[in-house]
Amino acid sequence: MTKGQTSTMTGAQMVVQALRDQGVDTVFGYPGGAVLPIYDAIFQQNEIKHVLVRHEQGAVHAAEGYARATGKPGVALVTSGPGATNAVTGLTDALMDSIPIIVLTGQVPTFMIGSDAFQEADTVGITRPCTKHNWLVKETDKLSGVLHEAFHVATSGRPGPVLVDIPKDVQFATGEYTKKTANKSRYQPKLKGDIDAITDLVKAIEKAKRPVFYTGGGVINSGPAASQLLRELVDATGFPITSTLMGLGAYPASGDQWIGMLGMHGLYEANMAMHDCDLMINIGARFDDRITGRLDAFSPRSKKAHIDIDASSINKVIRVDIPILGDVGHVLEDLLKVWKSRGRVTDRENVAKWWKEINTWRKIDCLGFKNSTKTIKPQYALQRLEALTKDMDRYICTEVGQHQMWAAQYLGFEAPNRWMTSGGLGTMGYGFPASIGVQMGHPDALVINVAGEASWLMNMQELGTAMQYRLPVKQFILNNERLGMVRQWQELLHGERYSQSWSEALPDFVKLAEAFGAKGILCSDPADLDDAIMEMIRHPGPVLFDCLVEKHENCFPMIPSGKAHNEMLLGEASTKDAIDADGAVMV
Amino acid sequence: MSPLKIKKGSSSHSAYNLRDPNAEVIERHTLAVVVENEPGVLARVIGLFSGRGYNIESLTVAEIDHKGHSSRITIVTTGTAHIIEQIRAQLGRIIPVHEVHDLTVEGAAVERELGLFKVAGEGEKRVEALRLADIFRANVVDTTLKSFVFEITGTPEKIDAFAELMRPLGLEEVARTGVAALSRGSVSES
Repeated sequence: MTKGQTSTMTGAQMVVQALRDQGVDTVFGYPGGAVLPIYDAIFQQNEIKHVLVRHEQGAVHAAEGYARATGKPGVALVTSGPGATNAVTGLTDALMDSIPIIVLTGQVPTFMIGSDAFQEADTVGITRPCTKHNWLVKETDKLSGVLHEAFHVATSGRPGPVLVDIPKDVQFATGEYTKKTANKSRYQPKLKGDIDAITDLVKAIEKAKRPVFYTGGGVINSGPAASQLLRELVDATGFPITSTLMGLGAYPASGDQWIGMLGMHGLYEANMAMHDCDLMINIGARFDDRITGRLDAFSPRSKKAHIDIDASSINKVIRVDIPILGDVGHVLEDLLKVWKSRGRVTDRENVAKWWKEINTWRKIDCLGFKNSTKTIKPQYALQRLEALTKDMDRYICTEVGQHQMWAAQYLGFEAPNRWMTSGGLGTMGYGFPASIGVQMGHPDALVINVAGEASWLMNMQELGTAMQYRLPVKQFILNNERLGMVRQWQELLHGERYSQSWSEALPDFVKLAEAFGAKGILCSDPADLDDAIMEMIRHPGPVLFDCLVEKHENCFPMIPSGKAHNEMLLGEASTKDAIDADGAVMV
Repeated sequence: MSPLKIKKGSSSHSAYNLRDPNAEVIERHTLAVVVENEPGVLARVIGLFSGRGYNIESLTVAEIDHKGHSSRITIVTTGTAHIIEQIRAQLGRIIPVHEVHDLTVEGAAVERELGLFKVAGEGEKRVEALRLADIFRANVVDTTLKSFVFEITGTPEKIDAFAELMRPLGLEEVARTGVAALSRGSVSES
């Protein structure tokens, strides 16, 4: 029954209809008692694909991976109680990394809420601090409006996860469905930056002798146009550019002005440039503690500008001189306009001197490592992976730990939305389900999850999902039989007492793959590595690549906890007593 | 390895800012937060304060516009200027929050609180309580032969002062509403 903007249907049908209206083609989920009506509605249509995961955490990470690789919001559907609580890690991960996802949870019927019913949990209460916003919908008539608002909130302003909790009786009941366009939301974040502040930044750019662009995930979240504008600005000014873990790919790694990732395991030249600059232009990054190191020694002589869409990110940890509240894309567009209209001025002479200095730091070759002909060094494995896949249509996911930092250091990203990693929350077990989400979004692309064996085991059940949907995700496991990053900190900080940081009783990964019907490849000899990687790429299905690597390799460069950017550790020789007792409280 | 020796309030050896926030000037600010009157909105505001470690000295909330579904939350909080600025920005991030005003910095404001005081006593103490109540312009809203309930309205400081005076005179129970506040003058003037 359709009459203009509204039509009558059940709550469950509304869910499917709203997803369709919002342009959703894929939902990651797991059924259960409280979402059965929605699953019934999904059964009776063919437009929206449902991917059955093996654990609700996997559904949310897959939705995150899908969102990051496609630029569209990801959707997960889970049941009440344990389904919802299992989604909490993924929601928190998406909140920390500003990833737009919509999680739909079933709930016990409204008349049973509060009675400790079977599979009841206070889902909106539990997820209030780990969502951008959430809703409990108690009337079917309000459901469609809330669902459309949920998409709007998730994708507008600083993106983030939202959750809609739908009691089972609301799914069964019929009500009025309103279309997406029926209501205008009150939530309308400001996109344009203040033109006076932008002009101040242009003046600072004109005068800067030692400038650096410090960019973050905000550039990627702002959309491909923002990355394009950033490239134009960086190339036109000739300033060096570094990026956080979250922002890799916004500026191409092959670009002349790219000085590498910064931060705790960032490149020497990037961190030194941050420390010694006189103008820092933060575009869509948030002065995270992995970036700043010791706060009172953070870039002591620079004027700082900060472009961010979230007012609470500005002046949160670092006081800035030129705050600009707005969307990166909009602000960069105005910034370029103003700078061009004032004659495209930069202090070329001094910036050239600054480049000379940066180039001396580059010569240190901080990513150099001692290779071996006997064992595979993890850095070497990633160098080869990079060399063999960089020209392909490639997407990279990671888990969390040493392998993640090595991947960020040794792989090059030429475009945004090609790099999916858990930055803020540091969620082990993120990468595998995320790679499934990425592959759903890009069925023909090469999707590789660079993993450690311990992280990978945290969500290994998703191998079933990869097999079921014939998703040829490549799991490139750097297996050192250790929790490598934990081990590294224990070595540097806890007197080499390796408490619980080894992976005992590991499975035979090849047999594990075969048990699921996937392909397993074992590689332990550097001489075999290239052939093995090519075999992985050529195989048309999911591959578990068990790459046995050097067990005690540490990840460098490193800013030890409690130190400043110019106090980096570059290699094994410099690690003794690197972290003093005061730094040891850090994580 | 030596046990960890973390100097209290030291910031020079840690990547986190371990500075004692009390070392900086603590300010008291009154915030007026206009919110959508929907379930859970108060929990979002309170959760923000507890989750991020901000202080709440007092908090009042009531619907102010039934048709427009809006409520006004008045929060008295303390912190350094930097923390107060963060609180404002974080409150502004909550989706059903429509407006955040820092009445302490946005010009003059009136602050009022209501207190109910049960004072029990006989003889001279009872007379003295009534006399003081009169001076403070408190109303008697309940009386028995042995007790009064006073209603007093005023600034939090005035109510504090009244409480101090009543204590030796047989103060038994206190209920306070917390602060409600409005900026002075008309909105269009500012």
